[in-house]
Amino acid sequence: MIKQKEKALIFEMSRPGRAAYDLPDCDVPETKLEELIPSHLIRQTPAELPEVSELDLMRHYTELSNRNHGIDSGFYPLGSCTMKYNPKINEDVARYPGFAKIHPYQSEETVQGALEVLYNLQTELAEITGMDEVTLQPAAGAQGEWSALMMIRAYHESRGENRTKVIVPDSAHGTNPASAAVAGLDTITIPSDEHGLVDVEELKKAVGPDTAALMLTNPNTLGLFEEHIVEIAKVVHEAGGLLYYDGANANAILGITRPGDMGFDVVHLNLHKTFTGPHGGGGPGAGPVGVKKILAPFLPRPQVVKVGDHFKLNHDIPQSIGRVKAFFGNFGILLRAFVYIRSNGPDGLLKVSQDAVLNANYMMRKLQPYFDLPYDRVCKHEFVLSGRRQKKLGVRTLDIAKRLLDFGFHPPTIYFPLIVEECMMIEPTETESKETLDAFINTMIQIAKEAEESPEIVLEAPHDTVVSRLDEVSAARKPILRYTPNHEASANPSNKETVKA
Amino acid sequence: MNFRYLPMTEEDQKEMLQFLGISSVDELFADIPDEIKLNRRLQIPEALSEPEAVKYFSRLAKKNVNSDDYIYFLGAGIYDHYIPSTVNHVISRSEFYTAYTPYQPEISQGELQAIFEFQTMICELTGMDAANSSMYDGPTALAEAANLACGVTRKKKVVISKAVHPQSRAILQVNANGQGYDVVEVDIKNGLTDLEALDQAVDQDTAAVIVQYPNFLGSIEDLAAIEKIAHKHKGLFVVSSNPLSLGVLKPPGEFAADIVVGEAQPFGIPMQFGGPSCGYFAVRNKYMRKIPGRIVGQTTDEDGKRGFVLTLQAREQHIRREKATSNICSNQALNALAASVAMTALGKRGVQEVAIQNIQKAHYAKQAINQLEGYEVVFDAPTFNEFVIKAPKPVSEINSALLKRGIVGGYDLGRDYKELSQHILLAVTEARTKEEIDLLVQGLGEI
Ligand SMILES: Cc1ncc(COP(=O)(O)O)c(C=O)c1O
Repeated sequence: MIKQKEKALIFEMSRPGRAAYDLPDCDVPETKLEELIPSHLIRQTPAELPEVSELDLMRHYTELSNRNHGIDSGFYPLGSCTMKYNPKINEDVARYPGFAKIHPYQSEETVQGALEVLYNLQTELAEITGMDEVTLQPAAGAQGEWSALMMIRAYHESRGENRTKVIVPDSAHGTNPASAAVAGLDTITIPSDEHGLVDVEELKKAVGPDTAALMLTNPNTLGLFEEHIVEIAKVVHEAGGLLYYDGANANAILGITRPGDMGFDVVHLNLHKTFTGPHGGGGPGAGPVGVKKILAPFLPRPQVVKVGDHFKLNHDIPQSIGRVKAFFGNFGILLRAFVYIRSNGPDGLLKVSQDAVLNANYMMRKLQPYFDLPYDRVCKHEFVLSGRRQKKLGVRTLDIAKRLLDFGFHPPTIYFPLIVEECMMIEPTETESKETLDAFINTMIQIAKEAEESPEIVLEAPHDTVVSRLDEVSAARKPILRYTPNHEASANPSNKETVKA
Repeated sequence: MNFRYLPMTEEDQKEMLQFLGISSVDELFADIPDEIKLNRRLQIPEALSEPEAVKYFSRLAKKNVNSDDYIYFLGAGIYDHYIPSTVNHVISRSEFYTAYTPYQPEISQGELQAIFEFQTMICELTGMDAANSSMYDGPTALAEAANLACGVTRKKKVVISKAVHPQSRAILQVNANGQGYDVVEVDIKNGLTDLEALDQAVDQDTAAVIVQYPNFLGSIEDLAAIEKIAHKHKGLFVVSSNPLSLGVLKPPGEFAADIVVGEAQPFGIPMQFGGPSCGYFAVRNKYMRKIPGRIVGQTTDEDGKRGFVLTLQAREQHIRREKATSNICSNQALNALAASVAMTALGKRGVQEVAIQNIQKAHYAKQAINQLEGYEVVFDAPTFNEFVIKAPKPVSEINSALLKRGIVGGYDLGRDYKELSQHILLAVTEARTKEEIDLLVQGLGEI
């Protein structure tokens, strides 16, 4: 094993006098800064940003990129995140000057192409989800959830009803209850039944005159389709509540079934997942929300509309909840998703879901003999395993995840959903070849064997990464959240230059 | 037609189905009740091959007036700036853009370190102690700051200047409706927050005072005076700031701001019709454990080597769930990376130089327009790269005429401020040349 060196921070590479930019000289007559800005508002101590040459800069970030695993680097079966291949044409299109170099406040007639993209995307997402209207404003799934809950609140209030409770299953993603809290609503968590599905009896007990909505992910975060969805919808609707679809996991249903047809009133999609955003190392995403007619009056302002051949912005939505995100949402991500939808068409999207589901079932059954399968039934785009059996041997799911790193695989999502002990949530996606699936399966089987025969190999993993396991406890106890230069320099402010006017 | 993103061959499919002991993929969907199956094709346009898609999208893109062909004086929150070529090359490295949140630090040190550096740069520019890894955008960051302030002070009123971006105020209002606090807006006087009115609005119940620096009208608020009012009743002082301006302006941290938020778009992020951009969020140490969103911290590995991890996660939605004070999960990491690269490229001297060129060029334009018959610079407050002029005609008329001359004119303030109809907010960045400014001035004069 080669010992890797510590990577310098960009600040540590800095040398006074170097630069990686080049501006023309100021070509207008200059006025003294002091004459333009009151002296007490002028910066005296410059910000300590790095000073490096252009090559230093590129080497630095290239080295950082080499210390990062993306989908293009290798398999990334991170459950609930849909780490599928990110098409390159999407990146190209997003960089066309006509899309990248346009301003959100340009007059409508100068951005007809951009508005056309938004309008068509709204329309096509409405068809894909079975909804009547779509807003593209939310920047990510969580913001979509919150926007939708604000609409649900406004809907109930408009009917003079005081409904403040949001029901979520215990398998729900953390953003569901958190979004409810930020929308000023209370969460009721209901347990899943032994099949990993909503316990309809528990749901019946939880609903009532205070029910604002049930938030449901379907397929749920265990990768299982809520087969009682029609009854669930009935229970919620009869109690006067609305049905919310967390569509972060839509990769199993494209062209097969639609939230609108399942009885949902509102849905958010994570375009950075199902529709190849990409994920950007954590974002930006896009979290459009589709609604049935009853919620349309409450959509955020403005909506893109088509009048004749013309695309316009409609601000006249009197009952709108208002604005949730600046301008038109994450346009660049919306555009990429639109390119993806157009590149696939109806047959492509259907095959996406079919292949994703077949891949997941294949892996699940191949791994079943070696790991505990808590829910032994057909799965959708993902499935969960439990590391219970390995835990008894002293090897935890975290160790298995770290061991996978030695083989160049990104581990699955671990310890989520919370209801499965030592959980591993595996989502292969449709863009991986059978050879890749088999290679991962074989590695998992090997790790299961290692856990029995030579657990230290697993416990000491990873062996080949640029750093070994990191001390997260100290990181949180004594947080170091920024670089601070060595103290001689900073302790003596008189050493610092002042801003040159 | 090939589905080039789908590697499954008929042979693969056959083998997998055989292994599963089923005869068709449809059987894997048997758990979906028939009554809710779609049973028809999606009614969306047929697939485009790659060459067809290129053609289709090029044609759509060409329908948009863009800054390659037109001269932009439009700002109001999103700006046309110099973007070093390095930025696009770095963010196009797919190890960065095809990764997700760095949950597995051993294989995500690149992203984690880049974000740690981003946090440091934001702290340096704002003069604050700690920053997070990004927010959706400046306006949503501002709303989260208000939420935080109400949370820690347990007070239910937020006072915000009308000289804060109208969209920030609109988003704040939706947040306030959700969380159940009141928003009080304070009037503008001579392009700046009316300090007397502010003083009257702030009281014991005030959780936060929020101003923008430079403000929406381009004027540079006197943070020293505002800070005194903000802290009088123990509310938090929240400043939304264009980080580029902080190359020259004294940072809000030096005015005892408690939270500084803003939009990092001026650093390396194209206008992109307003998004994705990159919000930032910085605080004094006291509020470090209240910051929304992801934070990267430094630590060591088993061999004592420096490394980076996501930290203070006990704040976040996946741990706190219904007790969380923010729901943000995915953020704008790739744009934080873009901003970092741009801040690195500019470096210590570059941010000053760019900021100064913005001031000089905007000042030159302001003076020149002020001399034009019928136009008037209405506020005498100091400005950064934007300023307000009163025009002799409706703004839409002026902008249509400018467009014919290849110029995208300024923002029509009448949209948000009744008293400012026929007033234009013009932005002049370092990307404008003297020649371009002169064309604008000439154009305005001839309209
Ligand atoms: C099931 C589910 N819901 C909601 C979210 C939140 O989406 P985002 O991270 O885009 O805010 C996620 C992803 O993180 C998810 O997997």
